[in-house]
Amino acid sequence: MIYLDNAATTKPCLECRKAVAEAMENQFGNASSLHNMGTASLQILSRAKRTVLAALSGTKSPLDGEVVFTSGATESNNMAIFGAAERARCRRIVSTAIEHPSVARALDGLAERGFEVVRLAPKDHADFIEAIVNAVDENTALVSVMAVNNETGFAVDVPLLYKQIKRKNPKTAVHIDAVQGFLKMPLDGDLISVSGHKIHSSKGIGALFIKKGEIIPPLLKGGGQQHNLRSGTEPVELIAGFEAAINAYRGSHEGFLKLKNHLLKRLSELSDIKLNSDERCVPNIVNFSVRGVRSEIMLHSLEEDGIYVSSGSACSKGKKSGVLEALGVSDKDADCAVRVSFCADNTTDEIDALCDKISKTIERVRRGTSKNRF
Amino acid sequence: MKEIILAKYGEIALKGENRSTFEDILTRNIKRRLKNLGSFQLSRRQSTIYIEPLDDGDVDAAVEALKCVFGIGAIQRCAVFPKDFETVTENLSYLKSALDTAKTFKVEAKRSDKSFPMKSPEIQQRLGDAVLDAFPHLGVDVHTPDVTVRLEIRDNGAYLSAERIIGAGGMPVGSSGKALLMLSGGIDSPVAGYMMAKRGLIVDCIHYVSPPYTSERARLKVEKLCELMTGYCGDIRFYCVPFTEIQEALRDNCPEEHFTVLMRRMMVKIANKICSRDGYGAIITGESLAQVASQTLPALYCTNAAAEFPVFRPVIGMDKIEITEISRRIGTFETSILPYEDCCTVFSPKHPRTRPKFEDILAAEGAYDFDSMIDEAISKTEMKRFKYGEETVFLD
Repeated sequence: MIYLDNAATTKPCLECRKAVAEAMENQFGNASSLHNMGTASLQILSRAKRTVLAALSGTKSPLDGEVVFTSGATESNNMAIFGAAERARCRRIVSTAIEHPSVARALDGLAERGFEVVRLAPKDHADFIEAIVNAVDENTALVSVMAVNNETGFAVDVPLLYKQIKRKNPKTAVHIDAVQGFLKMPLDGDLISVSGHKIHSSKGIGALFIKKGEIIPPLLKGGGQQHNLRSGTEPVELIAGFEAAINAYRGSHEGFLKLKNHLLKRLSELSDIKLNSDERCVPNIVNFSVRGVRSEIMLHSLEEDGIYVSSGSACSKGKKSGVLEALGVSDKDADCAVRVSFCADNTTDEIDALCDKISKTIERVRRGTSKNRF
Repeated sequence: MKEIILAKYGEIALKGENRSTFEDILTRNIKRRLKNLGSFQLSRRQSTIYIEPLDDGDVDAAVEALKCVFGIGAIQRCAVFPKDFETVTENLSYLKSALDTAKTFKVEAKRSDKSFPMKSPEIQQRLGDAVLDAFPHLGVDVHTPDVTVRLEIRDNGAYLSAERIIGAGGMPVGSSGKALLMLSGGIDSPVAGYMMAKRGLIVDCIHYVSPPYTSERARLKVEKLCELMTGYCGDIRFYCVPFTEIQEALRDNCPEEHFTVLMRRMMVKIANKICSRDGYGAIITGESLAQVASQTLPALYCTNAAAEFPVFRPVIGMDKIEITEISRRIGTFETSILPYEDCCTVFSPKHPRTRPKFEDILAAEGAYDFDSMIDEAISKTEMKRFKYGEETVFLD
């Protein structure tokens, strides 16, 4: 198996699996219980919070604030956006046209409630950070921007963006959907969403960082766990696994760059490849279109050899995400878009196998294109 | 008081000397449906199969299962009493659940045991009075009653019931032989299979896959349809034919506008060989006249000419709304509309010929050696069995 779909999900690492099993075996106490088993679970929880805070900043000094463990990034994003909106005194929200559905649909909900939602498309702006900051005015309650786009890897310098927005309007809350950026770049913000299963932890666990001084209401009400911010018994096992995965994370910019450069070199040897990820993108996600071969056919052809990638915009299901379009990719190229995403375990040999099979697939599928069937 | 289910024959009741053959098949089919619902004892008398639950027989579940058994005209849930009118009237509480929510009723009595002292009209009258006494909120309506209370004086007892359900009708599956259904994954073919099973055919399915142009999910969807069809058809064999190479060869060697008809002919030719090899007597398709380019009369002529067996097209004269209605009723619709591409749309031409000339089709087909590819595809065909009542495909 050659797994190159790490932006979709990653394989839980050994350290994570061990930590989950260990917690299930020995630390299964309810963190709210007053006996020492409960205390042991509480310890795991608090330690994991520290680990998340340190990992978010990407520097020696951890971010200052609260970490709420959630079921994943969709919950984190909803909690951040609806929570910020509930406390907002003004009605303008600035976001982008390339957000994940868990942000985009939440913003749709706010637009229906009368919020003015501005969504900027990267293709319209040479300097995207400048464009976002320019869109922020004195009535802007919230800015929600993803750190790294999941389809092409398009990234923004989050600490810079945060600093500039705060300089323009200190009252504007800044939410960063950092699902694809966590552990890959320094982050900052008032609210930051992260997910476990993108960094070799399990599905079902994520977190929302809430900066000190930022107050948002809970999405779920109940037993008042996690300082009343997220009711529900904390899944200590998953949290232990999440922490272990953060500590064990082995991805590096250099390592990914090496893989990306190898891929780009191999792709340049093929004809009719259009690269959809440019120099503004992170090195662990590469999106390209193989003109003349629909994404889904490419995906299934690669799958025959046990190579797993993503077709990106899932156009076969009859709807386009619009994200590639906002990033300047034509509809025709979006139909043929393939997303390759790496983890630390991938090798250049695997990239070679991928490109060999892509080349074979092109030859096989294009035999018919002289008659213009695609 | 003992409860029993009467499964009354549909068309079988009209059969003459070979009637017991049909009865045997129907009894066997019913036994299979009830296998996992506890123990039942079956016996047959007077155009009826008596289904008597033993200790753990689940009557509610059995009635549900029997609704899908072809060959049953009506299903009646009854309480059985000795042939004594007083005993019946003392036990009218059996009707409570049916009559409590009703406003009107009527009584129908039948006396096949002519030695019973009361005649049918008298039974009707006296039972009607007794019901009115026991359920004073009811009124009588002999034309459109909410509930019809039935009392049948049969040879071996008196059967009281307030619930009669129309059965699936048709002939018992297996009484007409077996046929191969070309199952695409769309709305029409499962309906076609259902309709032919209703005429007593064992329906097995053949499906063509074209990876990488079609996905694993498309195949699973068709397997799910097979599984759903077992509700009416009983156990189904599923043949999955690898079709990619034939489609690619058609694409590369034949005129584009003839692609779909040629592809359909290849499918039929493969079905022919499987029919001969495994003893199927007919091919079933979900074709509906004029629905798509390959279902015009000239196109059907070309496809049909490739068949070496009778081709049954039960939905040929139905429109999409009628087919969809059946599809919803038999529970295949929701799965049929899952959006996974099947092989019929792979390489389909932008401008297909709607009036293909047969000689053009033959000439195009003759331009390449497809016969060896057909044999190759058959040798790589996988066969899988779907058993009634077993859920193995999960695709919600």
